[in-house]
Amino acid sequence: MKPVKPVLIFILIANLMYALEDVYLEPEVFIANTFTSEPEIKTIWLKKDIKADIKELTGLDYPGLRIRYWELGNKRAWILEAIGKVKLITTGFVTQDQNIEEMRVLIYRETHGYEVQYPFFRNQFKGLHFQSNTSYQLNKKIDGISGATLSVNALTKLAKIALYLDNCVTHSAN
Amino acid sequence: METKQLIQNTFLAGALAIIGISNAFADDSTEHKIQELQEQIDILASSLESGGAATTGWWDKTSVGGYGELHYNNKAGSDDVIDFHRFVLFVNHDYTDTIALFTELELEHSLAGDGKPGEVELEQAFIRFALEDGYTADAGLFLVPVGLLNETHEPDTFFGVERNNVEKYIIPTTWWQAGARLSKDFGNGLTVDFAVTDGLNTTDGYIRGGRQKVANAIANDGAYTIRAVYRGIPGLELGASLFQQDDLSQGASADMEGTLSVLHLVYKKDGFGLKALSGSWDIDTDTEANDQSGYYIEPSYTWDTDYGKVGVFYRIADYNYYSYDSESSTGKNNEKEDTSFGINYYPTDYVVLKADLTEDKAGKDTLSLGVGYQF
Repeated sequence: MKPVKPVLIFILIANLMYALEDVYLEPEVFIANTFTSEPEIKTIWLKKDIKADIKELTGLDYPGLRIRYWELGNKRAWILEAIGKVKLITTGFVTQDQNIEEMRVLIYRETHGYEVQYPFFRNQFKGLHFQSNTSYQLNKKIDGISGATLSVNALTKLAKIALYLDNCVTHSAN
Repeated sequence: METKQLIQNTFLAGALAIIGISNAFADDSTEHKIQELQEQIDILASSLESGGAATTGWWDKTSVGGYGELHYNNKAGSDDVIDFHRFVLFVNHDYTDTIALFTELELEHSLAGDGKPGEVELEQAFIRFALEDGYTADAGLFLVPVGLLNETHEPDTFFGVERNNVEKYIIPTTWWQAGARLSKDFGNGLTVDFAVTDGLNTTDGYIRGGRQKVANAIANDGAYTIRAVYRGIPGLELGASLFQQDDLSQGASADMEGTLSVLHLVYKKDGFGLKALSGSWDIDTDTEANDQSGYYIEPSYTWDTDYGKVGVFYRIADYNYYSYDSESSTGKNNEKEDTSFGINYYPTDYVVLKADLTEDKAGKDTLSLGVGYQF
């Protein structure tokens, strides 16, 4: 093998070798950016019926005992996680009046489909809501990223969970 | 009388005051207890959610996946064949937040060994380094970044029981080499890969037969691959790849330069899907092998039912590849045209049942059935 090209590429790699975490947005920064003033930190316990609903809605057995969320007025921020293909994706959702205001990928660990973090993909989640409180069908379809079907599926499921939990909290408050 | 009344009132007021004070103490104490209990529950829940006292180890950083596919082919004029075509295991491990190992080990055709139909193959084994500014670097044995199927070929991700022949003979999928790759994600949907690897080894120009599979491979002449992929619009993927090798024969004959260029497109909107790929070789040889190319177009439609997802597709594949028969020492061009249609049924995510009918240029039909999965 002609040795010149590999040597060049390894020199290039050596020059770039600075460790960098695959954190796109620190969860704390996401929360701070979402609210104009200090939000209240609240918790929703994943009771049996809530877990069952999430399972029916998404097929996911959402782990843990409770989910923490941040609330100011009727705006809420949620940090939710699901596995894409083999690794966890950490996301932040902002809900208001039963609508998704924003979806952000906070930490992405999969090798494919990192495009889900970019505005051209995540902007599709703005304004996402359930068609009705009983059907839990989303009002529009999320277009995928080629080669990242599993990550896109996971994010769509998390959007459903965020809307469902927002619904639960709103109704229990009323 | 007045004195008695005064004493009574004073006594009553005193008693009420004592009750009030003791109630206030009780309220404070209950609230304090509730608060304390709440704190204890929070601590308990946090401990349970973080795995409690469970120990951590290598298994936290190691993931296992895989896929497999069983095929049945009924071709007119040939024996029917049933074959567990591929059984694959992925084992990946994160050493640090930025350095990870990726591996793929495959058993093809179920039974490997001398005189047996199958092979055990190492298809991926590389270390990935996450670098600054959207760069990643891979070193090791990896899939060549060309076309659609070569890197993503889990059975639930494509239509048709068998992989299409354009990507099989022109690309030639599954195709891996060893070396180094640098990738840059530009943050706007554009990703560019550049790889320097060992090369093919074919003295006659039969591309699929030139894969050395990094098994004591002759590495006199290396190759480079560059690919640009754009996914900046959801549902769309546009890709262009170029593979270049100065001498496909690895020095066995006069320099036989080979360049493969591949373009591909994927578009999915609602249930509608379209895949198209075109690949062409430019080989510096006097034989018919200098002209090998092909394309396919595959429209599809997928929808949800109460029993799972269903997709139907139609595909036209037109391709021409050179093959060499070492026994008769003759080479020939194979001009082919396949027309396929079929169905994928997903009873649940990642599990697929497939059926398709393919007609070749001679008018011979092949009915194929398959079951596939990934996890």
